[in-house]
Amino acid sequence: MTTAPIVELKDVAKRWNGQLGVEEISLDIPEGSFTALLGPSGCGKSTTLRLLAGLELPDEGKILIDGKDVTTSAASDRNLSMVFQSYALFPHLSVAENVVFGLKVRRVPKKERQEKLHRALEITGLLGYEDRKPGELSGGQRQRVALARAIVAGQRLCLMDEPLSNLDAKLRNSVRKDIKKLQRDLGITVIYVTHDQTEAMSMADTVVLMKDGHIQQVGTPDDLYSRPNNTFVAEFVGAPPMALLKSSILDGFGGDKTIGIRAENIQIVPKGEGRMRCTVNESEFLGAETLIGLDHEGTAGLCVLKPGLSMVAEGNEIDISFNDENLHVFDAAGQRLTG
Amino acid sequence: MSAHANLERRRQAIYGWLLLSPAAVLLTVFAFYPSIATLWSSLFSRNTRRNPTEFVGTENYADLFADPTFWLVVKNNLFYAGITIPVSIFIALSMALWANSKISARGFVRTAYFTPTVLPMIAAANLWLFFYTPGLGVLDQIGSVFGLPSVNWLGQPETALWAIIIVTIWKEAGFFMIFYLAALQTIPEDLKEAADIEGTSRWTYTRRIVLPLLMPTTLFIAVNAMINSVKLIDHLFILTKGGPSDASKLILYYIWEMAFAFFDAPHAAAITVLVIAVLGIVAAVQFLYLDRRTHYQ
Ligand SMILES: Nc1ncnc2c1ncn2[C@@H]1O[C@H](COP(=O)(O)OP(=O)(O)O)[C@@H](O)[C@H]1O
Ligand SMILES: [Mg+2]
Repeated sequence: MTTAPIVELKDVAKRWNGQLGVEEISLDIPEGSFTALLGPSGCGKSTTLRLLAGLELPDEGKILIDGKDVTTSAASDRNLSMVFQSYALFPHLSVAENVVFGLKVRRVPKKERQEKLHRALEITGLLGYEDRKPGELSGGQRQRVALARAIVAGQRLCLMDEPLSNLDAKLRNSVRKDIKKLQRDLGITVIYVTHDQTEAMSMADTVVLMKDGHIQQVGTPDDLYSRPNNTFVAEFVGAPPMALLKSSILDGFGGDKTIGIRAENIQIVPKGEGRMRCTVNESEFLGAETLIGLDHEGTAGLCVLKPGLSMVAEGNEIDISFNDENLHVFDAAGQRLTG
Repeated sequence: MSAHANLERRRQAIYGWLLLSPAAVLLTVFAFYPSIATLWSSLFSRNTRRNPTEFVGTENYADLFADPTFWLVVKNNLFYAGITIPVSIFIALSMALWANSKISARGFVRTAYFTPTVLPMIAAANLWLFFYTPGLGVLDQIGSVFGLPSVNWLGQPETALWAIIIVTIWKEAGFFMIFYLAALQTIPEDLKEAADIEGTSRWTYTRRIVLPLLMPTTLFIAVNAMINSVKLIDHLFILTKGGPSDASKLILYYIWEMAFAFFDAPHAAAITVLVIAVLGIVAAVQFLYLDRRTHYQ
């Protein structure tokens, strides 16, 4: 991966009728990277992507692509391709016509068009479907036509807005791998919007976590998981998410902080040897392990993992223990304190 | 098992016929029977005091084909259809594309275009009388500003049919625009965005994406415009009464004249049969031919 940023956003803001859209978005995206914009629904992921694509114009800030200021350029001048959540296929055109539509518009010679079409369909496994209309394809195939259309454009930057959200879970898994492989093989830069943290964490080199139009943290999946910037990130990333404890219920942390701890760092210990005594509120069998939810005053989302199938009856009391080095400490405003 | 399947199939069949029967009854009473009756009466001679009705076969048709007025009316109507159909469709489409784009006062534009449709044809014709009247009419008033002589738009054979055509287009275009507008709203926004990213010009997008997706609507409108080109004659009564010297006479008006001014029901019936036959054939061709080339969503 080279480090020259292909995309730079500088303090970009977009508001809808003065209301919140996105605010203070600053990002450097290196060439050849896979960046995921992650966040709950309505946090401004699509808006950020559409600002980049030129489908919306920012109210403030600057957007640079390849070092060129494109803040107010038309979408077609930005040298990028885009995969839409709805795929945006032209319903009256065949698969082949859909894929080469852009090439035709740019008057690419017919022979070259045919070659590129063949290659794109080969990569996406759509050979033999050239003459079908989108309406005659399954959801997964339509999705691949949308991908093929982005590939055939041959741009170095590809934007994807929740491209997998209309697929069923199993298909999503395999297409996820395909997209990741495609990005590596073609060496393109992908900016990928998703609300699904599994997608973001498994595919991306860099995850940008957003909330209410603001970036919360930019980092590798490991950064977000192991070193969350604030309590929102801590609670958003990971399944189960990090448990948050009021510092007043532990010794030595003062009274106004928030302590975070992950389930895998908690051990069940014999009665009397633990740091906290909790009540079991639910047991959930996950396959390889069992997730046991715990209640304790001043905690939220506390739980512990036990290997294999080992359900614990609701209402039972359990003693737990953990090491201080596994704790994440956040100040009163929810910002991370420890390194 | 197979007995059950049989029973189920019969039940489905009965259910189907029950659903069809109201429409079938109404169509029979008000469409099929009158058509047959018309065809029947077109084969008989006119009932006068001296000559009672008698079977004459195709004599009424032969009379028509020998009648120069009939051919003039047919020619008028073909010309009328040939101008009003494409022009009103073209104007409707242009207005819809414009009214659908992000212009200010979009609501006002839509309403303004739609107003002619709401007016009854008779009222519209009266309105246009105010434009066409020689000397006093708006057109002449404007003309006189530029020193042009007064023109009797409705009163001379060269312009009468054109005057009628313009009123029809004015009346129909707004109506067809509403259908186009509705169809345009069903085209997802992101198709335009996907095309934009590829650098598609507005014109290419319209030609390659929008027009093909509007094809079902165009087909529907074309059939309606064709039917209207025969059906819509209210304004003739107000504006020209088919004159001068039959220059603006259309087929339906001729039929009306035949039946209720000259009381010649058999000849009127014969023309009616011809009109039904031609309309039926044209509509069938339109649907069969264009249907195959149309993408339905
Ligand atoms: N065209 C628009 N008009 C008004 N508000 C919008 C528009 N598009 C998005 N928004 C608002 O901006 C915020 C961010 O939306 P979006 O970027 O689509 O979120 P998401 O992260 O789910 O993709 C939301 O509150 C949404 O209501
Ligand atoms: Mg979105």
